Amino acid sequence: MAEITDTSVAIRQASTKRPNAIVGFFARLFREKPLGAAGAVICLIFLFAGVFADLLAPYGYNQIMPINRMKPPSWQFWFGTDNLGRDIFSRILYGARLSVIIGLSAAGLATIISVVLGITTGYLGGKFDMLVQRFVDAWMSFPELVVLIVVVAVVGPGMFPVIGILGCFLGIAGSRIIRSAVLSVREQSYIHAAQSIGGGTQRILWRHILPNVMPPVIVLFTTRVGAVILAEASLSFLGLGVPPPAPSWGGMLTGSSRNYMYLAPWMALAPGICLTLVVFSINMFGDALRDLLDPRMRTHR
Amino acid sequence: MSEVLTREEPRSAVKSNVILDVQDLKIHFPIYGGLFQREVAAVKAVDGVSFQLYEGETLGLVGESGCGKSTTGLAVLRMLPVTSGKIVFEGVDITNYDQKQMRPIRRRIQMVYQDPFGSLDPRMTVADIVGEPLEIHKLHGNRAERRERVMELLEMVGLRHDMIDRYPHQFSGGQRQRIGIARALAVEPRLLICDEPVSALDVSIQAQVVNLFQELQDKLGISSIFVAHDLAVVRHVSNRIAVMYLGTIVEISSRDELYANPKHPYTKALMASIPVPNPIVEAGRAHHIIKGEVPSAQRPPPGCRFHPRCPQAMPICKEKVPELRPEGKGMVACHLFS
Repeated sequence: MAEITDTSVAIRQASTKRPNAIVGFFARLFREKPLGAAGAVICLIFLFAGVFADLLAPYGYNQIMPINRMKPPSWQFWFGTDNLGRDIFSRILYGARLSVIIGLSAAGLATIISVVLGITTGYLGGKFDMLVQRFVDAWMSFPELVVLIVVVAVVGPGMFPVIGILGCFLGIAGSRIIRSAVLSVREQSYIHAAQSIGGGTQRILWRHILPNVMPPVIVLFTTRVGAVILAEASLSFLGLGVPPPAPSWGGMLTGSSRNYMYLAPWMALAPGICLTLVVFSINMFGDALRDLLDPRMRTHR
Repeated sequence: MSEVLTREEPRSAVKSNVILDVQDLKIHFPIYGGLFQREVAAVKAVDGVSFQLYEGETLGLVGESGCGKSTTGLAVLRMLPVTSGKIVFEGVDITNYDQKQMRPIRRRIQMVYQDPFGSLDPRMTVADIVGEPLEIHKLHGNRAERRERVMELLEMVGLRHDMIDRYPHQFSGGQRQRIGIARALAVEPRLLICDEPVSALDVSIQAQVVNLFQELQDKLGISSIFVAHDLAVVRHVSNRIAVMYLGTIVEISSRDELYANPKHPYTKALMASIPVPNPIVEAGRAHHIIKGEVPSAQRPPPGCRFHPRCPQAMPICKEKVPELRPEGKGMVACHLFS
């Protein structure tokens, strides 16, 4: 009897405050999802590189060394130099800052827009859904590039217009995916139950629907990060992204490196590999996150 | 067998005051069609249902699929638009209440669902699921207090304390249904609407859950509407039973009266369809099989809705709708008794 009361007291006292939740989460990440953990580590390395580029880079990102033009990778220049004699390793570090910031914030913005639009239209339905979705149709029928050229012409090129435009575009298009997930969740009887016990719309949207559409939300976010970094590359190529000499990976990949592809392939290889690595590791991390956040996937009972 | 199934004495808890009064309730679901999406027809899911529920009483609603028994239950919760009629709960007409006005009422009326797998949010722990009504109705201020109350409720429905932090997928169907019952009881409702709460469970588990219902009802004195199609289960839990056919009540009577002396031909046919556990008796028993299909609820037959399938149909049945009128100890809607 004493044991029973002891355990029930312990359960009573475990009053939902778990300070070790984050530690526990990472422990599970490394134990159950090694690939996802590797993805997280790679993402962190790039974030670190971007944040501390000033300290880590051996040269300035726009430090031109005419004698050292198009040098292959060596101990002096780890990733080689470009056609102007700039150190590619240093530019990759600085570029990480730009690309990762743009990638994460535009994908984040896109995901927030998708979630808000998708969940409200999907759950509320009716005329509101009809109106918003026709607006989405109209928006999606505009070519992305045309709108971007107009916006850049008005506000000037730079990081924030790129984040804003890409976030809006991908976000509005992605709202369809979230909406369709919401349509199936809202018919579940636990949503009905929440309504019948008196739960308000806000509670049902954010406490019941959102957690249950998290898997597509996470997938949407992780795929968007890669898409944004690549989109920024093509915008930079057109001169609509972040203007040179600021080193974005996309710009390095598509700019003058094309002209020297046979003479100096390392000019395109280094940013290309980094881009692939970041996109890949974010996807791995996202998949792991999706599984770990799903209580049904937990191994312990 | 019947000694096991039926309870010897009627519930003493039944009082005479009416807690729920449903008057001529109609729920029609419009069908839109044509170029301008105009209303072209309506499915008359519930078409003129009246009944009263007394405090502490359990009313069984039975009938075959599509007869409107679940719809009636949902309408009382005001989860469906009411076409016409009146729903009076504790003396207050709630027929035209909007969702905001309904909120305090929702504390008094709770529901137990049919599907134990779909009715609990898979992303929430038991503590959150059972605690949610408390949170919504601001009954137990902080988390610790709510947790304490959830523990009490788990105990009440026969679950262990240490299950409080588990997720729904870690439970069996019967256990989940117990969680659903705990959630419904959390706010101490006066009326419980049970929409086929045991029909998705194994027979052995059904008995346990049905017993739990009875225990709780005896202990807490909650009135309830018990929707089911399993006559044995209904017999076990109900004080009174209403038999529905195609959106209307054809007979309403006390449990013992209905089972001992069914009056409406449809009720008789339903009773005859209950299998007898003794195979020798069962094999020698005459079966009253109802012929044909349930007619469409869009265009119900004129007169008595049961007349196309009724073995005792008379000419008047095709013309005049029979009214629900007192007959013996109950009420029946049939021209045979008028």
